[in-house]
Amino acid sequence: MNGWIDSILQGVMLGAIYALFAAGLSLVFGVMRLVNVAHGDFIVLSAFIALWLQRITGFSSPFLTLILLVPLMFLVGYVLQRVILNPAFGADILRPVLITFGLSVIIQNGLLQGFSADSQKLHGGKLEVASIALPGGLAIGVLPLLTLGVSAAMIGLLQWMLYRTKLGRALRATSADLSTAGLMGVNTSHLFAMAAGIAMVTVAVAGVFTGIRASFDAVSGPDWLIFAFEAVIIGGLGSLWGTLAGGLILGMAQTTGARFSPGWQLLSGHLVFLAILILCPRGLFPRRAE
Amino acid sequence: MNLLSVSKLNAYYGDFQALFDVDFHAHPGEVIAIIGANGAGKSTFLNAIAGNVTGRGNSITFAEEAISGLRSWQIVSRGIALVPEGRRLFSSLTVEENLLMGAYANTKDAWPLTHIYETFPQLKLKAKQSALSLSGGEQQMVAIGRALISNPLLLMCDELSLGLAPMVVHDIYETLTTVRERGVTLIIVEQNVRQALAFADRVYCFQEGRVSLTGRAGELKPEDVSRAYFGLAGAA
Repeated sequence: MNGWIDSILQGVMLGAIYALFAAGLSLVFGVMRLVNVAHGDFIVLSAFIALWLQRITGFSSPFLTLILLVPLMFLVGYVLQRVILNPAFGADILRPVLITFGLSVIIQNGLLQGFSADSQKLHGGKLEVASIALPGGLAIGVLPLLTLGVSAAMIGLLQWMLYRTKLGRALRATSADLSTAGLMGVNTSHLFAMAAGIAMVTVAVAGVFTGIRASFDAVSGPDWLIFAFEAVIIGGLGSLWGTLAGGLILGMAQTTGARFSPGWQLLSGHLVFLAILILCPRGLFPRRAE
Repeated sequence: MNLLSVSKLNAYYGDFQALFDVDFHAHPGEVIAIIGANGAGKSTFLNAIAGNVTGRGNSITFAEEAISGLRSWQIVSRGIALVPEGRRLFSSLTVEENLLMGAYANTKDAWPLTHIYETFPQLKLKAKQSALSLSGGEQQMVAIGRALISNPLLLMCDELSLGLAPMVVHDIYETLTTVRERGVTLIIVEQNVRQALAFADRVYCFQEGRVSLTGRAGELKPEDVSRAYFGLAGAA
């Protein structure tokens, strides 16, 4: 019995990482209807930049690199959207998607050039092995618990931003009707760039947390992208809380599957994803009909 | 002194030319109606002024400033608001959020929300509802309120009465009367010619992208109007 509880507990912790992967993807899709194929690669890029920043600054903890990484990635997202992706928006929805596909290839090869194909890891020190004992011989790691907290807080912040601030209101209005939002005085190019910048902030955080938890290399991005996609789709497109739930469900599916056989971990995640896609094609918590 | 003057405006959708050398002007405080058949270019004209359709040449001047090259989001803050055809409310936003969007550009000069609710009391009761849950007339009030909240010098309304019951249309024009009394310049595109002639100071009639007739509302002869409207010589 304890084994099962442990699996589910670990699944929740693993799912928190997936929700972290998916938060930015969900925001960008919800606001711009853009699927960013390079999302996973940007997370890997963030992890590598954090590694590099730690090397040159001598920061003891990779979390400290976030001070520089967050504004940097915001800027990357803003400029990328404003200069490259916005002009590609229009009648053809495939065009911006193809651009992100190209970015994915560029980032992977750029990282191979700059950091070689070696597997890397961020070192979190004692935090990585610290754990809290629970009754019944169970234990949860402090780092996974922290990840869960940060993940939930980030989704909550995004939700608050979208529904309680002027920026969020304008983002939702622009998402609903681009040209009418322009009539209201909304500079839609700037607004989309802001959304992309905010998504990149979540990417920076995801990069650091994932880099401490697991090893990564230049081509890890697409694997991480799959989990992010599945979390977004399980939760329902455009719903942020749904994305958090989707991440947790995916994580739990993987860890309980792994109890049967370690080889089943990824497979059972994908199967649960497929089952949910068949049973509720719009995800578990779809945004109200528009 | 003109608040708005337009000279030789040409507008295009791709290769299709929708407006041909349109000359137009509006004095401060004036109420102007634009009439014309479907496809005559009335909506295109309003959208060209609002910056949604790009005209060619530097031919639109508002409050002594050339605004032709500006984007729609830059034009709002100059004091021009458009109530678009079909209302175009933001479906995923509440009534109140829709109204607040109107104040996005010039928060400083904007009306307070309470002002809008005094003008449209029934909207206050439904402030938290989704904008699309309202009746057609109420939705039109939201669309007008959303434009008014930016405190515009020029308010342009596109097909306000389309699809609304006569009683509701009456109420909406009553509201516009209070708006005009406040000194706001109005340009109204209206299908109902009688309504337009009764409400406006001056009338422009559009036909196939050109101004076919213009004059003071009280001085136009019905046969001239119908000729300008339908383009049939001698039709009455």
